[in-house]
Amino acid sequence: MKITFPHMGNTYLPVKAMFDDLGVDVITPPINSKKTLEIGTKYAPEQICLPMKINLGNYIQSIEKGADTIVVTGSCGPCRYGYFMEVEREILKDLGYEVEIISLEAPDGDIKEFYNRVSQMLETKNIFKIVKTFKNAFGILKKIDEIEEKVLKYRPYEKNKGEIDKIYNHLIDQLRKSTGSKEMLQYIKEAEKNFMNVALEKRQDVLKVGIIGEIYTIIEDFSNIDIGKKLNNLGVEVHKSHSTSGWVLEHLFYESIGRSREKDIRKAAAPYVKTMVGGHGRETVGNAILYAKEGYDGLIHIMPFTCMPEIVAMSILPKIQNDYHIPILTLIIDEMTGEAGYITRLEAYIDLLRNRRDKFQNEKMLSWS
Amino acid sequence: MKIGIPRGLLYDHYQFLWKSFFENLGAEVVISQKTNKKIVDDGVAVTVDEACLPVKVYHGHVMDLRDKVDFIFVPKIMSIHEKEYICPKFCGLPEMIKTSISNLPTIIDPTIDFIKNKKHLLEIVYEIGGYVTYDKRKIRLSFEEALKSHQNYKNKMKQGFFPMDLDKKHEEKHEAKHKEDTQKILLLGHPYNIYDEYLSMNIVEKLRKYGMTVITQDHFSKDQINPQMNELQKKMFWTFGRKMLGAALYAMEQEDIQGIIYLSSFGCGIDSVIADIVERRTRRNSKKPYILLTMDEHTGEAGIDTRIEAFVDMIKWRVENENYVSTHGQYISAR
Ligand code: SF4
Repeated sequence: MKITFPHMGNTYLPVKAMFDDLGVDVITPPINSKKTLEIGTKYAPEQICLPMKINLGNYIQSIEKGADTIVVTGSCGPCRYGYFMEVEREILKDLGYEVEIISLEAPDGDIKEFYNRVSQMLETKNIFKIVKTFKNAFGILKKIDEIEEKVLKYRPYEKNKGEIDKIYNHLIDQLRKSTGSKEMLQYIKEAEKNFMNVALEKRQDVLKVGIIGEIYTIIEDFSNIDIGKKLNNLGVEVHKSHSTSGWVLEHLFYESIGRSREKDIRKAAAPYVKTMVGGHGRETVGNAILYAKEGYDGLIHIMPFTCMPEIVAMSILPKIQNDYHIPILTLIIDEMTGEAGYITRLEAYIDLLRNRRDKFQNEKMLSWS
Repeated sequence: MKIGIPRGLLYDHYQFLWKSFFENLGAEVVISQKTNKKIVDDGVAVTVDEACLPVKVYHGHVMDLRDKVDFIFVPKIMSIHEKEYICPKFCGLPEMIKTSISNLPTIIDPTIDFIKNKKHLLEIVYEIGGYVTYDKRKIRLSFEEALKSHQNYKNKMKQGFFPMDLDKKHEEKHEAKHKEDTQKILLLGHPYNIYDEYLSMNIVEKLRKYGMTVITQDHFSKDQINPQMNELQKKMFWTFGRKMLGAALYAMEQEDIQGIIYLSSFGCGIDSVIADIVERRTRRNSKKPYILLTMDEHTGEAGIDTRIEAFVDMIKWRVENENYVSTHGQYISAR
């Protein structure tokens, strides 16, 4: 058995560590590229959303490298994500690939059932070992999330441009080459130390932007054309409202993320969205409000073309924009999204935020005099 | 007091339930006009481009009622069956309406969510009825009475009628019922697409004019649909997705159904999944002609007509030629 899985941000690193620790043959799909998307677009239904197109590309590229088992996560609707695997099964069958698709999920938070499925898949009864390896991998994932969060936050404040990237890229490179979680943790520790030594400077002109919207396009930088870095380069501090570790908890165990934070999000959203609307539509609205209250300069709402829950959110965001006086830019992404047009829109939006802030500050000064 | 009901989305299916319920309670009910150009244009103007046509049109229906009534009934229909949803957009419908349309009268927007069970049904009924009267007994009786009309309607549908056939005269109704000697076509699609004469560009009538009998997923029984769906590895969690896919899988094996048409909305997430599986399975397991028609506000009638015509030609051709060929084939294998 040769296992593969879909890409989403940096999850492939801890996932690989986990399978390595368990001694399972794993084939990491080639890093997302134009080619991946091309393959996915070619074989996926035309109007399916971007995440599935990229996933399908991942599977086919892995199968070509010898994978025969695909491990995915599930969900029970109403967003179509939960039905990806059935469509993918049909497509791969029509293409003549003989692969098995295994869905790892713990329906209704049934963690025991989850570990049962894992042990069945791995043909081992050693649940203890599985749990331990899973925990280690999850620890790594959380650490990587923290690092990413800091990178997006501090990059615009660097004294020596490029220093953070250098450490970060080096780390990812090392993680890619390592086998097992122990080795990875070692490298992460080193990188953390190096990050501490990065010289930062205070800058008043840095803007703060929150990224809200659909989780895959927020996390997977290939799909969002590396929005975080692009904004950082424009002198913007960035915070993403979704992280992979949160996603893992939510999808494997149907467990809610960050508990208290999530309650706040829902509470904030309540006057505008009363119930869940599938995917993270309600969270998008709630996060928008929280960011606005926290004093962010602007919000970028990012979503795949035809994403149902985010279309609901998108319809409601203009009201948040008015009620909370925060400019929101919606970016809809599909396989045709071109980098040039995308950058122009980002730049125009950031200009707008800058002017707004200057104007706001001038007004404040005037009112003082 | 006047209560408006938009003639969009699940209106057709629940028309008798909702209308009689409010009327039994003593309210005057106003239904928005049948979908027309103005309703479509109005809806398109206030919604985000990315929304699907039926949701846009629903907005148009609400706008049609806006100045005519005291209340508009816009239920938040999240789930009508255990462990099944309809669509994320249904979950956020009242919210979308309230943010996109200004100067609305009071919106009656109960949450209907039977994802776990139907225990709350009566509570919801009281909540809705509470807008008209405090008399709980009256609310309950009005609802029970309305349920009868609803059941009656459902039975008619099972007999092969379409919602639009119901306003027809008696003889025409008879015509509409399926005849044994015609060719049968399965028309799949969300009910608000296939039964809305304007949005569907009258596809049912068009097919009937070609001498076809049209059936939809709603004309199949649970016993026909459920066994097909139980074979799938992942439980289907969309109510209409389940009906459509189940009907298609069943129809594939029925000799007397000659072809399948799927009428989808551009940008509909559910259709994108179901139509793809239906197409793959149909091509793999049967020789029945299959076409996918996708609509949005820019779809031209001429293009649809051409495709329907080609589809009908194909079916007629197959009936004339292939039946002969297949008997011939049997002869060969018998020898
Ligand atoms: S099911 Fe499809 S057509 Fe119906 S509201 Fe949802 S997205 Fe629109």
